[in-house]
Amino acid sequence: MNDDRHDSQQFGGCRMCLAIPGKIIEISPDNPDSALVDVVSVRRRVDLGLLQDDRPQPGDWVLIHVGFAMSKISEQDALDQMQTLRALGEEEAAMQEVQGYSVDEAGNSKPN
Amino acid sequence: MKFVDEFREPELVTRTAEEIRRLADPKRHYRLMEVCGGHTHAIYRFGLKDLLPENIELIHGPGCPVCVLPMGRIDDGLSLAEDPNVIFAAFGDMMRVPGAKGSPLEHKARGMDVRIVYSPSDALKLARANPDRHVMFFAIGFETTAPSTALTMMRAKAEGMRNFSVFCNHVTIIPAIRAILDSPDMRLDAFIGPGHVSTVIGCRPYEWIVKDERKPIVVSGFEPLDMLQSIVMLLRQLRDGEAKVENQYKRVVPWEGNRAALRAMAEVFQLRPYFEWRGLGFISQSALRVRDEYAEWDAERRFSVPGVRVTDPKAAQCGEVLKGVLKPHQCKLFGRECTPEHPIGALMVSSEGSCAAYYNYEHRKAAMVNILSQTA
Amino acid sequence: MAHGAGGKASRRLVEGLFAPLLFGASTEPLGDAAHVSVGGVPVAITTDAFVVKPLRFPGGSIGELAVNGTVNDLAVSGAKAETLVVSYVLEAGLPSEILEAEVRAMADAARKAGVQIAAGDTKVVEHGKADSMYITTTGIGSPMRGIKLDPRSVRTGDRVLLSGPIGDHGITILLARGELDLEADLRSDTRSVLPLVQALVRAAGPGLRWMRDPTRGGVATSLNELARDCGLGITLHEEAVPVRDAVRGACELLGLDPLHIANEGQFLAVVAPEYADAAINALNLAPGGEDAQIIGEVSEQPAGSVLVTTSYGGSRIIDMLVGDPLPRIC
Repeated sequence: MNDDRHDSQQFGGCRMCLAIPGKIIEISPDNPDSALVDVVSVRRRVDLGLLQDDRPQPGDWVLIHVGFAMSKISEQDALDQMQTLRALGEEEAAMQEVQGYSVDEAGNSKPN
Repeated sequence: MKFVDEFREPELVTRTAEEIRRLADPKRHYRLMEVCGGHTHAIYRFGLKDLLPENIELIHGPGCPVCVLPMGRIDDGLSLAEDPNVIFAAFGDMMRVPGAKGSPLEHKARGMDVRIVYSPSDALKLARANPDRHVMFFAIGFETTAPSTALTMMRAKAEGMRNFSVFCNHVTIIPAIRAILDSPDMRLDAFIGPGHVSTVIGCRPYEWIVKDERKPIVVSGFEPLDMLQSIVMLLRQLRDGEAKVENQYKRVVPWEGNRAALRAMAEVFQLRPYFEWRGLGFISQSALRVRDEYAEWDAERRFSVPGVRVTDPKAAQCGEVLKGVLKPHQCKLFGRECTPEHPIGALMVSSEGSCAAYYNYEHRKAAMVNILSQTA
Repeated sequence: MAHGAGGKASRRLVEGLFAPLLFGASTEPLGDAAHVSVGGVPVAITTDAFVVKPLRFPGGSIGELAVNGTVNDLAVSGAKAETLVVSYVLEAGLPSEILEAEVRAMADAARKAGVQIAAGDTKVVEHGKADSMYITTTGIGSPMRGIKLDPRSVRTGDRVLLSGPIGDHGITILLARGELDLEADLRSDTRSVLPLVQALVRAAGPGLRWMRDPTRGGVATSLNELARDCGLGITLHEEAVPVRDAVRGACELLGLDPLHIANEGQFLAVVAPEYADAAINALNLAPGGEDAQIIGEVSEQPAGSVLVTTSYGGSRIIDMLVGDPLPRIC
C-alpha cells in the first residue's frame, strides 16, 4: 500500500526556510559555541558557531535555523519597521486633510 | 511571540493591504515572483492572496530545495543506506519524497534504519552515540542551511570522527534566479527576495538583477507584515520606474551577509561544475560538493554512488510549474494522479511546493463563493 | 504503516476493510462508540488499544491513557462509562515494577473516573515485540438521556466548541522521547472529560448535535471527519483556538500545526446556535473547563472541508492528518 507516501505538509512543515526568533538564556560555560535559547517558553540548545564574529550575549535575540543561530535580531530595526508601517495610514490621513482644502480667488482656503 | 506577533498585528496588516490597493495601478497587471519556498508557504498559511487586489499575481519560484532535487539523488542516497550498518539521517521534509523505489519513510517501513533529525548536529550526535554504525546525513538546502552542514563537518573532522558522512545536495539560489530570468516563457515584473538565504549571502549577490535585468528586488521577511511591506516597496519602485535592491528584512539580514557562515561554506564546499535541477535541467555552478580536504566525510567518496538518473513521468509538468510558467492546476496530473496523498513530484510533497499549497488552498476554495463575507 | 496515525489512511482502513466486512449493513456514520441493545437494554460499548512510547511521561502514563481514552470515547458518544475490561500484551522480560506501576496507574485513573475494572487478560510476546507493553481497554456504559448525537443533524450556523488548549499531549510525548534537544514545561492533558460532557449535556442537551475527542490527528482530523459526514463546511477562527505558549513554540520550532497534534483530555462539540452561550458558560464554570472556547461554526461552504481564518481575513483549508508525524503517541 502506498499510504506512507503522503505529503509532508503536516509533518514537520518544511524546514528549509523555517527560521524563528529565540532569546539567549545562557551560554554553556564549557562551550562558547553552545547556548540555551528560549523560544516561547520552549528551551533548546542552539549552536552559535556561525556567529563567532559577533558573539551574542544572554538576553540577545537570534534567528534560529536547523539548530544554528544565523543572525542577531536587531530590536531597533524591528521598532523602526513597526514605526514605518504605522506611519502608512497616517500619511494617507494627512494627504486627505490636505486634499480636502483648496484656495479661492481671494487666497482663502475653503473645504472642497 | 516576540518578533513574530508584532508582525502579524491585524490592524497594521489591514492598513498595509490598503496601501497596496492604493499603489496598485488598475491599468497594470503585476507579476511578482517570490523565490523562496518559505515565502510560498507563508502566502498560503496566512491567506495573503485574499488581501491583494486582483491585478497583483504572485508567481512561485523554485526556491524549495526539496522540490528541485531530482528523484535520482534520493535513490542514490537511499542506496547508500541499504547497508545495515548505515543509519540514514535526514530532515523531516525528505521523509515522504518519492524515490523510484519509494520514499525514505517507505524504506524505513521495509527495515532500513532511517532517522529524522532537526539539525545536522543531531546527525553528528547520532554518530557519537552509535560508534559501531555509520551515520549518513542526507543534506539539502540552499545557502541558508549549507553553513550549518559545513560547520558540522568541520567539527567531525576536528574530532576525528570516522563514522559520519554527508551526502551533499546543497544548491545555490542565484543560478536558479538566473535560470528563471533566462527562460523565454517567463515574464516577471519584480522579485520578493529570499529572506533567510540572505542572512548568509547578504544583499549584494542580487545586484545583477537590478543592473542587468532592470527588475526590482526586495529582500523580505516571512511574517504577513513583512511580505505585505515588501510588496508595497516593490510597487513603489515599479511606479517610479526604479530598479534597486532593497532590504525589508533589516532586523535580521545584514547587507554584507554572514562572513563566518560564508567562511565555513568555503572551507568545506566548492561549486560543482553543474548539477541537475528537477524542472530546470542542468545548471552550471549551481550546487555544492565536498572539497578534497573533507573527502573522508563525503558520502559520495566513502561509498560508491550509483549515479541514478531518473526522469519524472513525462506527463508530470514539475519543471514548468517550478519555473512559474504553469500554475499547478494546469499540470495534467494535478488533482488526479498527483495529489498530496499520492504525490508524483516533490512539489506536491513539500509544504513549500506550490502544488501542495495550491491543492489545499486554491483548488478547494475555487468551489466556494463569498466565504469571507460569510465569516466576516 | 500510516494507518494507525488517525488520519486519512486509518479512515480508509476502517471504512474500506473493517466496515463492510465486520459492521454489517449499517449505514450509520462511524462514531467513537457503538450504541447497541442488549436484551432490550440500551448499552454503549467501545474498545481501544494504547500504544505509547515512552510508557511514562509528564502528566501520565500508558495506564492512564488506557482508562481515560476509553471513558472519553464513551463520553463523547453520549454515554457514561460504567465498566472496563483490560487486556495487556507484554514484552517478555518487562520488569515487574513497570507493570505494577501501570496497573496502579490504571486503578487510580479508574477510581478518579468513577469506573470499575471488571476483568482482564494478559499475554506475553517475545522480547523485541510490543514496545514493552500494549494495553487494550473495552468499556461499557449507559447512554445519557435527552441527547441525540448524529453528524447528519448538524446544520449551518451551528457552533463548534472546544473544551481547552490543544497539543499538550502530542508535544509532551514528542519531547519525552528525548530525541530532540527541546525542553518545555508541558504535561499530557490526559483526564476523563466525562464531567465536562455531563455539564454540557445538562446545559445544552437538546441542542447538542455531535461530539468527538480529538486524539490522533488532532482537531483538524476530527472536524474534517465531521465535515465529510455532514456534507457541510466548518469555519475555524485561528485566534479563538486555545493553545499554550509552549505548544506554539514547539510547533513553530518543528514546523508542526497544533491543529494536527493529538489530545487526550479534550473534546469538540457542535451545538445549535441558540444553545451556544449556555453551553460555553456551563463548560467555563465546570472544573477543568475554564479554557473552553467557541472556536468556529458550521457553514455551507467549503462543503466537506475545514477552513481556518486569520484575524485579518486571510484563510486556508486544513486537511485531516495525512501520514504520521508523531508515531506511537496514544
